[in-house]
Amino acid sequence: MPTCLDLHDMLAETEIIQEKSGTSGTDSSESVIHLGKLNKSFGDNHVLRDFDFDLYAGENVVVLGKSGSGKSVLIKCIIGLMKPDSGTLTVFGKDIPELPHQELDQIRMRVGFLFQSNALYDSMTVRENLEFPLRRHGLHTTKEQVDELVLEALTNVGLAETVDMMPSELSGGMRKRIALARTLILKPEIILYDEPTTGLDPITGKEISNLMNMVQKKYNASSVIITHDMTTVRIIADRIIMLIDGTCYADGTYDELRKSDDKKVKQFFE
Amino acid sequence: MSAATAWRNVLSETGDIARFTGRFFREFFRPRYEFAEFLKQCFSIGYQSLPLVALTAFIMGLVITIQSRPTLVEFGAEAWLPKMVSVSLVREIAPVISALICAGKIGSSIGAELGSMKVTEQIDAMEVSGTNPFKFLVVTRVLATTLMIPVLGILADAVSLYGGYIGANIRGVVSWDLYWSQCFDALKYGDVIPAVTKTFFFGFAIGIIGCYKGYNTQKGTEGVGISANSAVVVSSLLVFMIDLIAVQIADLFGLT
Repeated sequence: MPTCLDLHDMLAETEIIQEKSGTSGTDSSESVIHLGKLNKSFGDNHVLRDFDFDLYAGENVVVLGKSGSGKSVLIKCIIGLMKPDSGTLTVFGKDIPELPHQELDQIRMRVGFLFQSNALYDSMTVRENLEFPLRRHGLHTTKEQVDELVLEALTNVGLAETVDMMPSELSGGMRKRIALARTLILKPEIILYDEPTTGLDPITGKEISNLMNMVQKKYNASSVIITHDMTTVRIIADRIIMLIDGTCYADGTYDELRKSDDKKVKQFFE
Repeated sequence: MSAATAWRNVLSETGDIARFTGRFFREFFRPRYEFAEFLKQCFSIGYQSLPLVALTAFIMGLVITIQSRPTLVEFGAEAWLPKMVSVSLVREIAPVISALICAGKIGSSIGAELGSMKVTEQIDAMEVSGTNPFKFLVVTRVLATTLMIPVLGILADAVSLYGGYIGANIRGVVSWDLYWSQCFDALKYGDVIPAVTKTFFFGFAIGIIGCYKGYNTQKGTEGVGISANSAVVVSSLLVFMIDLIAVQIADLFGLT
């Protein structure tokens, strides 16, 4: 079985035409997220086994893996919604599992999370949904500042006209965009996407992927994207990590992994 | 499922509810205080339940009076009707019936709301947004039910007594002044205070069970239905158990 490193090294020497501009890694060597020998299990189910991963500033990393392979658990550990059993997990150099609540909230202001189910608050309007993180983090207390940021975030996702609508009045694609706007309102330096195109038609899925790309460029954010959608992967991934059997099975660019002869890697590209 | 497994599950869930209640008290005393959300919940739980509780209480007052009348007439004690009705309504029927109505309406609503928030990751989203979801969702709701259900209970007392007045005048004639003076003559502090006190416990139980069931929802949308349903069943059962304990305590202090 190839490890992350040897597959990456083996393919790195191959001349590859990139679908996405740039190759794996970024011009910056600063690791904003570091996971070292991370373990997480639920009873006998070992979801993450000695999982190693680094996210560098400005790059988009896609985590690929089968359903139930622990991809969502991985990003929930990163944001502090779940605690790993053992291993190192730092975000901006801070040890997330050991961080007191107040400091964790400070980190969460810099890390956006787009939930798979959008997680828009049903009882609130779009405006209130977007205002919620601003108010809860105690930022921008004047109404004018808040209104300006809400409008800016909604304009970025092309849905300024929905500001006073309820989430139930929106389509699936619109809800996803609003959720993205809510994620962006704090101008995060890292964005974690949990299956951003699941449940959307291919056209809307592609629109969301392009939007994510645009966001990454505009905010110069780093992203971890959990997805099964290979169109999204092709559009957005600077680097792909394959999470198989709880470990980082392969690590490389889209073209590197597409050309791999490894059966487990190939099945994602067929 | 064997009886032993069923008992183990009941005991395990009782332990979980006790831990959940303990967490409620820990979070309750710690800042930050979610005052705006608490007021919103008071409005939703109290004001919006008012018509249903009032209508039920009115009907109960009316029915109890109509059904008690023939027995009292048989003993030549028809004049005692307002006294008997007022004591039974204020001590027992109005608080318990209003609590059961609230267990159905509020318990299921809290269970379903928090359950759907849980399965659609809204609770996680709240945590990521720098909010303690337990404090924001659970503490505010439990406090609101604890304070609003006694208010609804007192309202139910008044409306059910009015229903009693209407009932008393269907077959007989009792003047407004006589009816109310007889009602209040019959009532002592020992009738009112334990009855009102137990409604605080009813409210707390309804809130904590609704929140516990909703907050711990599993199995997706199917789980939301299960949570709402079991919130009603368990909180209704608790209302009766609290009532039983309250009667025993009142008896111990000579208030019965």
